[in-house]
Amino acid sequence: MKLQRAFIALTALLISSVAHAGWQLNMPRGVTDISQEVYGLHMLTLWVCVVIGVLVFGVMFYSMFKHRKSKGAVSANFHESTKVELAWTLIPAAVIFAIGVKATYTLADMYNFEDSEVTVEIVGYQWRWRYRYIDENAEQEVSFFSSMSTPRDEINNRLEKNENYLLEVDEPVVLPTGTKVRFLLSSADVIHSWWVPALAVKKDAIPGIVNEAWTIINEEGTYRGQCTELCGKDHGFMPVVVEAVSPEAFEQWLADKEQEAIELAELNDREWTFEELMERGEQVYGSACASCHQQDGSGVPGAFPALANSPIAIGSAEGHLDVVVNGVRGTSMAAYGNQLSDADMAAVITYERNAWGNNVGDMVTPVDVYNFKAGE
Amino acid sequence: MTTATHDHGHDHEHHGPAKGLTRWLYTTNHKDIGTMYLWFSFAMFLLGGTFAMVIRAELFQPGLQLVQPEFFNQMTTMHGLIMVFGAVMPAFVGLANWMLPMMVGAPDMALPRMNNLSFWILPFAFAMLTSTLFMEGGGPNFGWTFYAPLSTTYAPPSVTFFIFAVHIMGASSIMGAINIVATILNMRAPGMTLMKMPLFVWTWLITAYLLIAVMPVLAGVVTMMLMDIHFGTAFFNAAGGGSPVLFQHIFWFFGHPEVYIMILPAFGIVSAIIPAFARKQLFGYSSMVYATASIAFLSFIVWAHHMFTVGIPFLGEAFFMWATMLIAVPTGVKVFNWVTTMFRGSMTFETPMLFAICFVVLFTIGGFSGLMLAVAPADFQYHDTYFVVAHFHYVLVPGAVFSIMAAVYYWLPKWSGKMYNETMGKVHFWLSFVGVNILFFPQHFLGLAGMPRRIPDYALQFANFNMISSIGGFLFGASQLLFLYIVVHTIVAGKPAPAKPWDGAEGLEWTVDSPAPYHTFTTPPKID
Repeated sequence: MKLQRAFIALTALLISSVAHAGWQLNMPRGVTDISQEVYGLHMLTLWVCVVIGVLVFGVMFYSMFKHRKSKGAVSANFHESTKVELAWTLIPAAVIFAIGVKATYTLADMYNFEDSEVTVEIVGYQWRWRYRYIDENAEQEVSFFSSMSTPRDEINNRLEKNENYLLEVDEPVVLPTGTKVRFLLSSADVIHSWWVPALAVKKDAIPGIVNEAWTIINEEGTYRGQCTELCGKDHGFMPVVVEAVSPEAFEQWLADKEQEAIELAELNDREWTFEELMERGEQVYGSACASCHQQDGSGVPGAFPALANSPIAIGSAEGHLDVVVNGVRGTSMAAYGNQLSDADMAAVITYERNAWGNNVGDMVTPVDVYNFKAGE
Repeated sequence: MTTATHDHGHDHEHHGPAKGLTRWLYTTNHKDIGTMYLWFSFAMFLLGGTFAMVIRAELFQPGLQLVQPEFFNQMTTMHGLIMVFGAVMPAFVGLANWMLPMMVGAPDMALPRMNNLSFWILPFAFAMLTSTLFMEGGGPNFGWTFYAPLSTTYAPPSVTFFIFAVHIMGASSIMGAINIVATILNMRAPGMTLMKMPLFVWTWLITAYLLIAVMPVLAGVVTMMLMDIHFGTAFFNAAGGGSPVLFQHIFWFFGHPEVYIMILPAFGIVSAIIPAFARKQLFGYSSMVYATASIAFLSFIVWAHHMFTVGIPFLGEAFFMWATMLIAVPTGVKVFNWVTTMFRGSMTFETPMLFAICFVVLFTIGGFSGLMLAVAPADFQYHDTYFVVAHFHYVLVPGAVFSIMAAVYYWLPKWSGKMYNETMGKVHFWLSFVGVNILFFPQHFLGLAGMPRRIPDYALQFANFNMISSIGGFLFGASQLLFLYIVVHTIVAGKPAPAKPWDGAEGLEWTVDSPAPYHTFTTPPKID
C-alpha cells in the first residue's frame, strides 16, 4: 500500500513538472528576426562543436580500446609532424573564421539603432524596473514602476506556487508588434541587466551610463525575463514582463495611461486627510521601502536600519524629508525625490512617522513636499 | 657536502627535517612548503565545497527553504573566492614547490625564505576573509567578481577586510611567482636547455609571468575600491564622475589571465601523465610550448568578452569576439596533441591516467561552450546565465581540479614513499566523474532555458534540472571525503613505493628515491 502511494505521488510529481514544461533543453527561437538569427548562430556553433567533438573523441576512444597494453599493443615512437600540426591549426582557424563572419553581420544588425518609432527608457532600481515612454508631445509622460507581484508567502512555501512564480509583475511593459522599439537603459543605484530571452535583448543598466538596445517583435504575446546582473539581496526577484500587442491596441493603451498620469498628477494638488495619507502611505511603503526596511519597519541589522523608533522617523519632518527625498550619500538609501510623486512622498512619510509604534502624530502634505523641494 | 656519495647521481643528506611544530613554521624546504600548500589548499577546497553544498541545497527546490537571499549571496561570493584563491591557485603553487626543483634538478627553490613567507601569510588572509561571515552586515555578498558599485557604495562594512585579504593573497601569489621564475631560469641542471624542460615547468614559467603581470592589477582595483569607500574618491562612482564600467575593465584585465593561471599548469600536468601511461613520447612538444605561450599572450587581449552586454561600441565588441575565438586554435592544438600521444600508444588506465583522460574530454567540452560564448550575438543570450556557470565549472572542476587530483595520485608515491590503493583511487575517480557530470551538465540546459546565475530561487520550469544538479553536487561533494581518506590511508598504511612506480614515466623526479629525500640534487644531475 505504502509503495503504491509512493508511486502515485511520484507520478503526480512527474506529471506536474511536465505540465510546467520543466525539461526545456535549448535556447528559445524567440519572436524577433534577431532572436531567430541568434538561435541560428547558436545552433551552428553547437553543431560545429559536436562534429569536432565526435571526430576528436572518436579517435581518442578508438585508441583507448585498441591501443591498450592489456591487448598487447606496443607503442609506436612518432612524436612530431609539421604537416599534421599545420593542418590542425589552419583547418580550425578556417572554421572559426566562417563562424566569425556570420556572427559579425548579426552583431552589426544588433548595433543598428536607427529609425525607431517608439522609445522606452528603462531604469533599474533595487529591485524593480521603471519604464518611461519618451514622447515630447505628451501632456503628461507615461512612466511607471514594475515590481514583482509574486506573494512572499509563495516564496516562503506557505502558499502553493503559481504557474508564473517569480516571473510576474504588477505592471508589465507594453510594446507594439511590428514596430522598431528602442530601449534606453540606465540605473539609479547598482548595475542591473534587462533580459527578455524571447527578444534576444540583454543589456546592462549601469548608473551614470545610458545604453541602447532595440527590438521588433513579430508576434503578440507575453514574454518573460529576469534581471541578469547580481544587484544585491533581491536580484532573483526583479522579473521583466513584456506585453506585446497590436500597434492599435498599443496606441489605445498609451492614451489611457496618459490620462491616468494626468489624474495622478492632480493628486498632488488636492487636499488630503490624515487617514487617506496613512492608507496610501502603507501601499507606497509596501512597494518602495519594505524590501529593505521590512514590512514591520524592523530593518535588517547591519544592512538596513529599522524605521520603527528610529531617530529620523520620529525626529523633525524636515530631516525625515531630507533623507527620503535626497537619499543618504555613501549608503544604499536611494534618493526618492524623483521616484515618488509629491502625494506619494507625503503619504509614505506620514505613514512612517505614525506606524509600528511611531507616534509623532503630525502629517506631511503634498504641499509640504513641494515646498521642501522648491526650498532647496 | 664532501661526504656526498654519487652512486644514484644525487646526494644523501646527513640531516633530516627539524622536529616538532617549528619544523613547519620555520621551514625553507621546498618539499615541506609544498606539502603545506597542498594541505592548505585541500582544507580550502572542503570549505569552499561546503559553501557550494549550501548553494545546491537551497536550489534543490523552488522557494526559499534553508537560507535567506542575503546569506545566499555571501555563499556564492565566498565559494568563488575561496575556490579560486584558496583551493586552485595554492594547489598549483604547492605542486610547483614540490616538483619544479626536482624536475629541473635544483636543490631547492631559488628564494627559500620568501617561499616560507608566501605560504604563511595565506592562512591569515583566509582566516580574515572567512571571519567576515560572522561580522555585522555579513561577509562579501557581491559575487567573486565584486562589481562596483555593489561592492563599494552598497557593500557591507566587512568589505574592507575583504580588500585587505585580497591584498595579502596577491602578495603571496606575486612572491610565489617570482620564486618560480627565478628557480626555473637560474637553477636548471647543466644541459637542461629551455626546450628540454618538462611541460609542467614550461607551463608554470608562463603562468608565473601571467601572475606577475596581473596580480598588481588586482591589487590596484581593490585599492581603488578602498579609496572610493573610505577616502572620498570616485573612481567607480558615477555621481562623482567615475564609471562602474572602468571597474569591469580593470577587473577583467586581471580576471581573464587569472583564468589561464588556473588552467596552464593543468596542461603541464596532463602533458606529463598521458605520455607516462600511453608509454609513448608526448606528441608535438614544441608546438605545446608555443601553444601555451600563444594562449598566455591572447589572454591579455580578450578581457572584454566578459563584458559583451555592458554596451561597448560595435568595433570593440567585434574585436573582442574575434580575439576570443582565436584562442580556440592553440587550445585545439593542445587537445589534438594529447589525443595523438594516446594514438598507437600502449595504454594502461591507473587512477592518474583516468583523471587525465577525463580532463581532456571534459575540459574540451568546457572549451566548446567557451567557443559558443565567444560568439558575441549569441552571448547576449548566454551571458550571466547558468550556461556560463556550466562553462566555467567544466573548465575549472573536471579541468583544473581533476588535473590536481591526477597530479596527487601520480606523484603521491614520490612524496610519501607509499602507494595508494588503486581500487579506492578508481572508485574515487568514477564517483567524481559521474557526480561532476550530473552536477554541471544540466546547468547548460538551465542557462539556455533562461535561468540567470546567482539567484537564490527560480521559476518553476527550472525545477527538474536544478534538483538533478543538486543530487550530482551532493554525490561529488561526498566523493571528495573519500579522496581525503585515500590520501591519509596511503600516508599511514600504504605499501612501500619504488623510486619509479610508473614504468612509462619520464623525468628527473623519478631518479630519486621514494619518498624523495629531504634534500635532493645538492649536486646537479647531468642531462644529455
